[in-house]
Amino acid sequence: MIYLDYAATAPLRPQAQKALEELLAEPLGNPSSLHRAGQRARNLLNRSRLEVAEAFSVAPDEVIFTSGGTESIDLALKGVTLAASGQPCHIVTTASEHHAVLETARFLEGRGVSVTYLPVDREGRLSPQQLQEALRPETVLVSVQWVNNETGTVQPIAELGEVAHAAGALFHTDAVQAVGHFPIDLSRTPIDLLSFSAHKFGGPKGVGALLKKRQVRLVPTLNGGKQERRQRAGTENVAGIVATAKALQAALQTSAEETERVAQLREVLCRILEQQSVGFRVNGSADTLPHILNLTFFGINAESLLIALDLAGIAASAGAACSAGAIEPSHVLRAMGMPKEEINASIRVSLGYATTRSEIKRAAYQMVASIQQLKESKSTSVEIDA
Amino acid sequence: MKRTRVVVAMSGGVDSSVAAARLVEQGYEVIGIHMRLWSSEEEREGNGCCSIGAAEDCRRICEILGIPFYVVNYRDTFVDKVVRYFEEEYLAGRTPNPCIMCNRTMKYDALLRQARALDATYLATGHYARVVRDPDSGKFHLLEAHDRAKDQSYVLYHLDQEQLAHTLFPIGEFASKAEVRAFAAAHGLPVAHKPDSQEICFVPKQGYRAFLHAQLGERIQPGEIVDTAGHTVGTHRGIVDYTVGQRKGIGVSIDGEPAYVVDLDAQHHRVIVGDRQSVLTTGVETGPVHWIDRSRVAEPLRVRCRVRYHAPWVVGTVSLRSDESAFVSFDTPAQSVTPGQAIVFYDGEQVLGGGTIVRRQAAA
Repeated sequence: MIYLDYAATAPLRPQAQKALEELLAEPLGNPSSLHRAGQRARNLLNRSRLEVAEAFSVAPDEVIFTSGGTESIDLALKGVTLAASGQPCHIVTTASEHHAVLETARFLEGRGVSVTYLPVDREGRLSPQQLQEALRPETVLVSVQWVNNETGTVQPIAELGEVAHAAGALFHTDAVQAVGHFPIDLSRTPIDLLSFSAHKFGGPKGVGALLKKRQVRLVPTLNGGKQERRQRAGTENVAGIVATAKALQAALQTSAEETERVAQLREVLCRILEQQSVGFRVNGSADTLPHILNLTFFGINAESLLIALDLAGIAASAGAACSAGAIEPSHVLRAMGMPKEEINASIRVSLGYATTRSEIKRAAYQMVASIQQLKESKSTSVEIDA
Repeated sequence: MKRTRVVVAMSGGVDSSVAAARLVEQGYEVIGIHMRLWSSEEEREGNGCCSIGAAEDCRRICEILGIPFYVVNYRDTFVDKVVRYFEEEYLAGRTPNPCIMCNRTMKYDALLRQARALDATYLATGHYARVVRDPDSGKFHLLEAHDRAKDQSYVLYHLDQEQLAHTLFPIGEFASKAEVRAFAAAHGLPVAHKPDSQEICFVPKQGYRAFLHAQLGERIQPGEIVDTAGHTVGTHRGIVDYTVGQRKGIGVSIDGEPAYVVDLDAQHHRVIVGDRQSVLTTGVETGPVHWIDRSRVAEPLRVRCRVRYHAPWVVGTVSLRSDESAFVSFDTPAQSVTPGQAIVFYDGEQVLGGGTIVRRQAAA
């Protein structure tokens, strides 16, 4: 199988796998325990926390480990809103966010928080001016996705953060698709809260973190023990967190070369599609992160194409999936103003650290063949009188 | 040698699961597809045929069979083509058959196209019916299933030659449902004892009337119940609550005898009731008739008919009209003949074709 769905989840990096295997095999204690087995766990946890903190240039107490991107986002949005309760509360976000943000915002809307969902342009970008105009005195939080999971569109995060701060609002970014792909220095970026998920950069599933600047006040959404400085109760997933820190280090060590290499692979794929005269368009902005490639194949049913590709051994995806696993039309592409027929003709190909040049070539030629097959069947398809 | 590729429409039930298993056994390259058609509160409870539970049952069966499986999203098309039709027919005073419409527009149009696009030669379903090719004419014929009690050829009468050429009904070859279940058990399929599915997949437990009222709201208007002479004998909450031939739940009687619904007047929101005699039907006018193999049609055409799914056989004579519609006159008056339902013509076990009942001719 040629796996081209890294934006859904990336394969576990060898460094993370090694850490997991070692730690799952030993009788690791609870980091809150007095005994030495617990102390060893606590030390491992502390070291990983330090490694993650250093990767983002924050202090270790500014790292809150969670179960993943969704929980981090939930804690950021609900935690800030709850901390501001008693006053009128307003949140600004965009229409092209991940459901983790949109659904949490809707949940809060149902409980008296007012939310503005800003539109994005055809490339999926939000302009700082647009954000400026949406801000109100009671705006407590602005939440904007750094890199879009369906198109790879990169938001002007630093400028957006400046605008939010100038109006006295906190700034949160869903950086699930950004972390591991380029270095992020939070000591020099106007970001108060950043959410990420480990399995998107080759860490294990079920681990993530919310990075939170020290001065930001949050009300915890999970209550219980005193873990994570009382901001997230529950026994820490020590092995997972250690593996996450290892995967993050590995990803960042090579991120510059990887970005360059993946950009070339992306070029190879697009060139083959062009040479074979497949009618297609690349969606997203000019500075899209290269590992996410959103393609519209005119006149093709994306669902059928994805099935045909899977049958031929190529794993790609489209939009979001419903609970049963069927594809739902993408709200991101809709927010970018794309007509329905084109949304239903769009797929996402996402590359990663283990993707090779020969895989990309094979995948590209298979795409051409599958599209050809779908087009041919269409011209000879069964017609019935309805 | 490249194996023949077949897409199996899977519902998660025992019939389509066995259909898939049977085809795998016969050496086909089988792909399981579950159509996601409807979403409502119901699916969260895991009931209706499009529930998450159903998709996961299919997934498990396909894993056991070692075949690929996909859930495809036809929700918008289904609402458009089947649910809207269902609602509009009731509003118009007719009694629709949504399963026929689903077969026509979803399985044998949308899904068959998709199967062909995926390079499959055949679309297979778990229907109780059979397809055979006449060796002399080369034409495809649709036959009743061996298990006559389970036969579903009625809801497939609209299939044409092109569709039949690309259709497989592995279940129709089984002698009985018990054999289908035994096959499932023998092959370790965990759906062997799953109960048979309910009548209309998108209608919740509360029944179709509650569904229609919830969906249509104020488009349903109350009105009068009148007898065949035009006298008002009662009132109702909407004609969608009634079906021609219905006796129960009308709440009125005629000369001390139970009243039957004999007609629905959508224009004046009236339910017309009469005595037992007035629901007997001596013949029907149909809409355009679909013939599976036109060359088999010679007039006068003597047929046995079904006037609804599994209704008792009625024998009659079909007279074709120039506009493709027909008049069917019955040898003996029939009960439960309802506009909106299909009338399907058989010659022995073979389906000749059929059409939608437009009007019925009362005995009186």
